[in-house]
Amino acid sequence: MKVYRVDVQSRLLLGTAGYPSPAILSQAVQASRTDVVTVSLRRESSGDRAGQGFWSLVRDLKVRVLPNTAGCHSVKEAVTTAHMAREVFGTSWIKLEVIGEDDTLQPDVFGLVEAARILSAEGFQVFPYTTEDLIVAERLLEAGCEVLMPWGAPIGSGRGLNNLFGLKALRARFADVPLIVDAGIGVPSHAAQALEIGFDAVLINTAVARAVDPVQMAGAFALAVEAGRAAYLAGPVEPRDLAVPSTPLIGRAFLE
Amino acid sequence: MKVQVNGVWREVTSCDVASLLKELNYGDSVVATAVNGVFVATGSRSGAPVSDGDRLEVLAPMQGG
Repeated sequence: MKVYRVDVQSRLLLGTAGYPSPAILSQAVQASRTDVVTVSLRRESSGDRAGQGFWSLVRDLKVRVLPNTAGCHSVKEAVTTAHMAREVFGTSWIKLEVIGEDDTLQPDVFGLVEAARILSAEGFQVFPYTTEDLIVAERLLEAGCEVLMPWGAPIGSGRGLNNLFGLKALRARFADVPLIVDAGIGVPSHAAQALEIGFDAVLINTAVARAVDPVQMAGAFALAVEAGRAAYLAGPVEPRDLAVPSTPLIGRAFLE
Repeated sequence: MKVQVNGVWREVTSCDVASLLKELNYGDSVVATAVNGVFVATGSRSGAPVSDGDRLEVLAPMQGG
């Protein structure tokens, strides 16, 4: 998969939040075989300097980082956070989140488009966390985005692909744009399904981090995206309403 | 003077971001800074004034999804 002219080998992007320990995060990243992890920025206390230890751990993983603007509710907050992230993480990649509603963490797509336009003009390579809305997608591409990250379901809900029809329509409408399902995936079969319908990748966090065994689950997701992609390339059959016998009837014995 | 550092009021003496970070013992930590919601890049910290009542945000890498 090519995103902003960068070759990304794995079709699984992994979030780094909520793991039982730094060691388990590290092992999960390895088990997932991902080459992109998402990270964030938070207030640093000069006492414990927790962020410094985390940053050193991530650097040791030798993967690309995709900083996010999680928790931002306004264009100004998101743009300022992106500036701060670019300096700290040394990348122009930014996973742009402008949250519009707290119960569902649904993106404020109006603010999202505005922030995407500002950041793209400033040279950022924006990964917008959006809905499956086709018109918003069009506006984001016009704003300069070269990848779209529609939600599968609300962040952390584990509900899978809530609007399969909408996601398929998005895939069909923007055949050449890298599409990554971000948020809401709960189990590997959801990830496989996203890849089967032609999405380029999935971004997972909670489903791995909060599993009983995050390392094993990371490995399961790695297999799922591989299977889903292979199935997409193989060309799945269309569902039908009536049965079709798979065993040929010609030559069947008459045994009545 | 009093400055709000990451949401907590602190009594400080430094008048620019660079010296304030030193005063607050951030040392060589990898952090990004903003004063009153405006990003202050590393290279501009020495010339970025901090006045009584200002809000300083000091952010560092953290786990994220």
